[in-house]
Amino acid sequence: MAWDRNQMAARAAKELQDGWYVNLGIGIPTLVSNYIPAGVEVTLQSENGMLGMGPFPYEGEEDADLINAGKQTITELPQTAFFDSSQSFAMIRGGKINMAILGAMEVSETGDLANWMIPGKLIKGMGGAMDLVAGVGRVVVVMDHTSKHGESKVLKACTLPLTGKAVVNRIITNLGVLDVVPGGLKIVECADGVTEADLRAATEATILGGER
Amino acid sequence: MKKIYETAAKALDGLLFDGMLIAAGGFGLCGIPELLIAEIKARGTKNLTIASNNAGVDGFGLGQLLENRQVKKMISSYVGENAEFMRQFLAKELEVEFNPQGTLAERMRAGGAGIPGFYTKTGVGTVIAEGKEHKDFDGQTFVLERGLVADLAIVKAWKADPSGNLVFRKTARNFNPPAATCGKACVAEVEEIVPLGALDPDMIHTPGIYVHRLIQGTHEKRIEQRTTRKKAA
Repeated sequence: MAWDRNQMAARAAKELQDGWYVNLGIGIPTLVSNYIPAGVEVTLQSENGMLGMGPFPYEGEEDADLINAGKQTITELPQTAFFDSSQSFAMIRGGKINMAILGAMEVSETGDLANWMIPGKLIKGMGGAMDLVAGVGRVVVVMDHTSKHGESKVLKACTLPLTGKAVVNRIITNLGVLDVVPGGLKIVECADGVTEADLRAATEATILGGER
Repeated sequence: MKKIYETAAKALDGLLFDGMLIAAGGFGLCGIPELLIAEIKARGTKNLTIASNNAGVDGFGLGQLLENRQVKKMISSYVGENAEFMRQFLAKELEVEFNPQGTLAERMRAGGAGIPGFYTKTGVGTVIAEGKEHKDFDGQTFVLERGLVADLAIVKAWKADPSGNLVFRKTARNFNPPAATCGKACVAEVEEIVPLGALDPDMIHTPGIYVHRLIQGTHEKRIEQRTTRKKAA
């Protein structure tokens, strides 16, 4: 037992606080917008130049001039503002965005994040991820705990080229929730049907003992 | 002062040369100067270095210049949508300088604003910062990035007036305003040129001082990822 993609997204949505400006990455983080808790009003930033991102358009109402950072057609809201890319990253770099929820290939116990490149295999570029992790107030990563081969992706040290060093605050995986704290990781919560022992067994990184 | 040209060909006359650096606006295929790119393809200008967030897709946008082997180097943040790009890159036929997206936008903005370099936290501790000057401010480490000045900027806007004032539409603005400022020359293509006085001076996104030549044309405006939802029955 563990969380599926939607359950991970729903758990990540609990990180949102009323009034926050938030940037959601591609993949599972995008699903977080489906689970924003009632009474919590957040403004979604899309780094291609938009605050106040709305849902996908109805069929036939797509607008080529209105896309998100994943290049998907989207819609605007009454509170939407558009701006250029330098302004967009000024608000990111300037610490105005409260939180980014991003995917990860690997994360380390010191909060290093790797999510942009596999040497010799996947070379697409970092997009806005390096700017986001360096600039936003809080970085939450949502990822599978292990690879397809069962190897831990929550590591003592990342093996892939980094997106940022000591930038991750909280890790949400299919097995649970971990915080990056001095000395290693601390278990915040285990996924449904997952024990603390399961979580420790699946993790290469140092998990601090005992305390919760 | 006459900024309006009849065609992309006339607007680019005298501005293109082999080995030049071109800054292009656009994000994915949204807000790309597709008419000017098509004309650069027709001219066959070679050994180009192109600063653009993305590299188009196979057969459209900057992807056409790659297929035509006109590009020596791309300065980009994300190039994932282009098979020919990947082939040339892996075969070492194409040089790529990856810039974080915000660093690329700020390099254009700074270059256009006469700022030769700036310090940013972005990329510190990663391969992007290797070999670059680092400096500590208030207990945090920053890396020096250079302002970017291009021989030519090509941008796409929604509307312009004859003085070159530009207005963009929705997220098609993206890299176009910073790109426009960083060119020694800037050519803008727009969907509509309106008479002087028809644009509200309070609503101008890029003032005409940055724009040297203008063309009006019809844009395909291709959608890269068409995503929709169904109306409730």
